[in-house]
Amino acid sequence: MDLNIAGIRLDVTEDGYLTDVSQWNKEIAVEIAKENGIELTDKHWEVLYWIQDQVKNDVALSVRGIKKSGVIDIKEFYELFPGGPLKISTKIAGVPKPKSCI
Amino acid sequence: MKNLVILGAGTSGTMMANHLVSKLPKKEWKITIVDQYKTHYYQPGFLFLPFDIYTEDQVKKVGKKFIPNGVNYIQKKIEQIFPTENKVELEDETLQYDILIVATGCKIAPQETEGMKGKNWHKTVFDFYTYEGSLALRNKLRDWKGGKMVVHFTEMPIKCPVAPLEFVFLADSYFTKKGMRDKVDLTYVTPLGGAFTKPKATAALSHLMKEKNIKVVTDFNIERVDNEKNQIVDYADTTVDFDLLVTVPTNMGDEVIERSGMGDDLNFVPTHHNTLQSIDYENVFVIGDATNVPASKAGSVAHFASETLTDNILLYIDGKPLKEEFDGHANCFIETGKNKALLIDFNYKYEPLEGTFPIAGIGPLKLLKESIFNHWGKLAFRWIYWNMLLKGIPIPMVSRNMSLKGKKIN
Repeated sequence: MDLNIAGIRLDVTEDGYLTDVSQWNKEIAVEIAKENGIELTDKHWEVLYWIQDQVKNDVALSVRGIKKSGVIDIKEFYELFPGGPLKISTKIAGVPKPKSCI
Repeated sequence: MKNLVILGAGTSGTMMANHLVSKLPKKEWKITIVDQYKTHYYQPGFLFLPFDIYTEDQVKKVGKKFIPNGVNYIQKKIEQIFPTENKVELEDETLQYDILIVATGCKIAPQETEGMKGKNWHKTVFDFYTYEGSLALRNKLRDWKGGKMVVHFTEMPIKCPVAPLEFVFLADSYFTKKGMRDKVDLTYVTPLGGAFTKPKATAALSHLMKEKNIKVVTDFNIERVDNEKNQIVDYADTTVDFDLLVTVPTNMGDEVIERSGMGDDLNFVPTHHNTLQSIDYENVFVIGDATNVPASKAGSVAHFASETLTDNILLYIDGKPLKEEFDGHANCFIETGKNKALLIDFNYKYEPLEGTFPIAGIGPLKLLKESIFNHWGKLAFRWIYWNMLLKGIPIPMVSRNMSLKGKKIN
């Protein structure tokens, strides 16, 4: 599938996650966030960069990991990305959503 | 004389000992394997034990039986690894090594979730990832009268990520056979976005939950177990009631990794995805559940990895560049109940696809589809595990790297 955001054609999965992290940039993040009803603040960015860092270092993402991150506590995390914080924040950060093997 | 030390005599460590004993010259290399426990468990059997499909004896044997002659077996606790000094401290002796293989696995950490290992642990709150948990659950189920059964996992990564799904499918079968399915309310609770998370599997398998009348709760990130109200509570304050909770707690690498300062937050050791060399120390290699590689934590993965790692240990000894070969290949049977199973074959790059296996167009096994033949495959696997896998014997027609032959890509 592909998607047009901020004038760029992006490769995405069926549920809208970027398949190529190198296509990600800040404008795209702002647009994906908007689609999910989120206006990105400095705190959001801090979390998004932290998520990208974790993925780069092969650390599995989980809500418990957020608790230990020092960036944000879990309550704030739910407030920043209401609905499904991990699912939504990974989409905006341009990284794969947490998944299982099937 | 040089020393190769293997830490852990589980699936990976035992396979590596069997591979290397015939490959390393005996006059030059001494191979030592260390594990504090006497018993080797067939962990996939922990799925069947609660439903009286396997007996205790079928899932455990004395570990020493599988360690080949010529390998020095030490049954002692590992205190700490000192990777910059090339030594490992055991409870009462120190081993020096030239090459270290870390195969210390991973295990459940229920203490990471408030209330999980509380007063109801192994009474109404069970794990089935340990022999003790699985056995306690079997005894509970034998005379359970029914109610709300919740099958849950805490967070990824876990060993055998399909096991909780298999558990709920087998539970459906078990209660049906006992004539009490109408007395059991089955709910599957996952932190992920769905019971299935890969597009092809979602399309092929989502009907199973409905067909078997299993409720699904998604995006549930557990905060605590409430032992008074018999509920699991998530961070968004949603709750799920249970009479019987079967949970997979957080999985973590061994504490010795933490004591040695060699792991990430979950005590998994940073490892090269394709060579299996540790990222931080060139003479330390890591295999199986102990690594942080993004492959499934499963015996089949360890089996395929052990073939690449054996080659790489020999290349390393010869001072040659390592093969960047391991592709995260996994091959797993998934029980779906009523004597049927699925087979999946995948790697880092390709999600499980439909098709035939191992012979393209013929099978006899079907990928990502329920069949009775796949179920026989799963049951036959126990024999293969004890008699072939642990001994490092390659499985006929199944190569270490995943093949696209017989798979439908689109």
